[in-house]
Amino acid sequence: MFGSILASGLAVGAIYALIGVTYNTMFSASRVMSFTAGQLGMLGGVFGSLFVLRLGLPLIVGLVLTLAVCAVVGLVTELVAVRPVLKSLEQHLYVLSTLALALMVQQSTAILWSTEPQPFPRIFAVGAGGPVDERFWLPLLACGATIVGLELLYRHTLVGHAFLAIAEDNFVARSLGLPERNLRIASYALAGVIGGLAGFSGGALLLAFVANGHLLNFYGFIPVALGGLGNNRGSIVGGFVLGLFQQAATFLVGGIFASVAVFALFIIALLAAPQGLFGAPASRRV
Amino acid sequence: MLAPLLGVFALASAIPFIGDDYWVLIATRAAIYWVLISGLNLIVGFAGQLAIGWVALLTLGAYTTSVLAAGQVSPPVPPFVALGIAGVVGAVFGVIVGLPALRLRTFYFAITTLGFSTIVTQVALAWQPVTGGGVGIVGPALPAPFDSAAGFFYLCLAGAALCGWLTVNVAQSRFGRALIAVRDSDVAAQASGISKPHLLVTVFVFSGALAGIAGGLFAGLQTYITPEAFTFDLSVLFFIAVLIGGRGSILGPLLGTIILTLLPEFAAPLAAWSTFLYAALLLVIVLAAPGGIAALLDWRNRKPLEKHRVIVPRPAVLSELLPTQTVSESLMLRGIVVSFGAVRAVDGLDLEIRPGQVHGLIGPNGSGKTTVLNVVSGYYRPERGEMRIGSVPLVAAAPETRALRGIARTFQTPRLIGEASVLQNVLIGGTVNGRGTFVESLFSLPRHRRDEKSLEADALAALRTVGLELLAAVRADRLQHSELRFMEIARALMLRPAFLLLDEPAAGLAADEIVRLGQLVRAISQRGTGVLLVEHHADLIFAICDHVTVLNLGQVLASGTPAEIRAHKEVVGAYLGA
Repeated sequence: MFGSILASGLAVGAIYALIGVTYNTMFSASRVMSFTAGQLGMLGGVFGSLFVLRLGLPLIVGLVLTLAVCAVVGLVTELVAVRPVLKSLEQHLYVLSTLALALMVQQSTAILWSTEPQPFPRIFAVGAGGPVDERFWLPLLACGATIVGLELLYRHTLVGHAFLAIAEDNFVARSLGLPERNLRIASYALAGVIGGLAGFSGGALLLAFVANGHLLNFYGFIPVALGGLGNNRGSIVGGFVLGLFQQAATFLVGGIFASVAVFALFIIALLAAPQGLFGAPASRRV
Repeated sequence: MLAPLLGVFALASAIPFIGDDYWVLIATRAAIYWVLISGLNLIVGFAGQLAIGWVALLTLGAYTTSVLAAGQVSPPVPPFVALGIAGVVGAVFGVIVGLPALRLRTFYFAITTLGFSTIVTQVALAWQPVTGGGVGIVGPALPAPFDSAAGFFYLCLAGAALCGWLTVNVAQSRFGRALIAVRDSDVAAQASGISKPHLLVTVFVFSGALAGIAGGLFAGLQTYITPEAFTFDLSVLFFIAVLIGGRGSILGPLLGTIILTLLPEFAAPLAAWSTFLYAALLLVIVLAAPGGIAALLDWRNRKPLEKHRVIVPRPAVLSELLPTQTVSESLMLRGIVVSFGAVRAVDGLDLEIRPGQVHGLIGPNGSGKTTVLNVVSGYYRPERGEMRIGSVPLVAAAPETRALRGIARTFQTPRLIGEASVLQNVLIGGTVNGRGTFVESLFSLPRHRRDEKSLEADALAALRTVGLELLAAVRADRLQHSELRFMEIARALMLRPAFLLLDEPAAGLAADEIVRLGQLVRAISQRGTGVLLVEHHADLIFAICDHVTVLNLGQVLASGTPAEIRAHKEVVGAYLGA
């Protein structure tokens, strides 16, 4: 049983961590927390199933198309729900616009795809069942690839440095001539890809299920809250901690109380450290 | 505000006569939703807390009423008693759901309410012996005459009308204004003495109770409830109704509720897409008309304002507002040290503000002037040192206590509530002057009405004093910068302050406006108020100050009369120039 908890906890934790990174990538570029992050994860699974199982496309083509579609959804988020409300200083507006868009995505998927969980294709035909089944290590693989990819991007490319600059101090970056709008658009596309990858790699575990959107929105936010807004490393650590805790609670205590336990943990952690365990305190108000 | 509301309810009472049972049921549903939404409106529209998962309280209310009425855990309880208990349960859980709002930012709080609503639904599913699990439970059966469609409709309509009246009373009271202040400028709210925790807890209790009762009525309407009836979509509907209606309004969300309840009926072929349409509607509202229906109906604020407005303060009117102060105690600061990390912003400051005097505080940028103001008004905690008025110390890091000590202030950048009128902004300054409790405001009892009358008289006097009385009904965000500065002074005067702290009030004012500002400040000090004036405009300082302190790098460089300071070599070198 311990092996099952570990395997599923790490797998689910990797998915949550990746959704957390999606939230962070969107936040870094625009200071906006977007409700579409979880929906991107859901779409990764749904489109993966659509392209590979329903349309019968080869796996790699299906993956690339899924990531492309999710990137487009990221772009639409930026264009429709974020850019128009950035001008206004009202904090509540972006919560509403991204919530509205997320709901539209979820509802149209539910109607056009299905409200029931649909099967997800097997990628490799090895290790069927058991703790080393692909549905347990695929998300870990995706998480690792994302971490490595983002590190390379942020540290060794000019574009990556530009992303960091925009996230760190928007005004100075603009005054230095960085194309803030294009970088933001690119960030949202990148966030879409990460979310889509999370959903695709987690498809075998979570299935192609429309309700995943709502689930991932909540459980993918907890690593962000715990790790500090905009902090990818905190998010990854938070994701794994959450995944292990949730699976342990589910196996040991049972479904409903596992959710209550996770929620209680979340509330207590947030109330104790509203900026996140690795976050920075808020700056001057007056 | 009340008349259009009553009109809507009067129209609604005709429905059983002009429509069949089906439409009566739809109208009943809208009424029940309004009972919940009227409370949620105070939380989302007035207090600005995004409680997206509020359906949790509807669920709790519905199950409490049904379980008690069906006799699952106790002998069957009469339905109206069960409704009352549902209200109490709603109030308690309203506070539980709402408490995180005191510590968490907008998005975080929204997510916690979502999590809470999921948990409640799951508990309802799992707790089979009591709630019937997935099979559900029968709703409460009300006694005659409420068991017919029309009878139940009139009961719900009466409830809805009552809730409309109660929330209008709150909106027009100092509590409603305080909520808006907390939403849009909690810094200004604290300076006016508004305690966010008290206020929010009160509102969550009230709204939670309404939601619980709405839940009980909902169970009665459905006659049989299962956890599936309480979807996230329903929560979104409530939330969107408030925002489509517009924040800070009662009529707007009422119309929003009616529209959203009726929408699926008219878009019947698109029933499956109804949530999609709600979301699309929300998106359109956010992008095109963020003020919602209320802003669309606000034709008064679309009239163009006079272009070349002149602010003419009338210091003579001060005698109406400020009684001559008999305070003889000074505000003393001794040895104040404030550090931010390794930076000593204020390094051992002694300052005395005497009543009836204008005390200037000048110095180069970064010398610590605003920090001193923020320490006195309680936003920063000093590392060392003491602050007292007379012999009673000021509590450190507690800005909402200052208003009751008679300390008022203005801010370096005007803190206003943009969506409220100038009069409402000024009224917020006098929040602590009111004597009535929340319940008295709720039912519009005599003490509440006396409070409102005297507050309004004070506010109009304050506006006449600063010369803005013609703009009283105008939305504050339409004012020019200089008018906002004077509006802040009017707001501060509402406290009849013993001490007035002004943070660069002349910044951005034209030369003639600065002269008039000076006359006004002098007149205020002559009524006995002690004024601390932080400024960069040296002419203003030397014209009106009785005493000047010069700060440099957090320490007092010089302190004395204006004449002494003007000639002081070090001050001239560090700041004034030859």
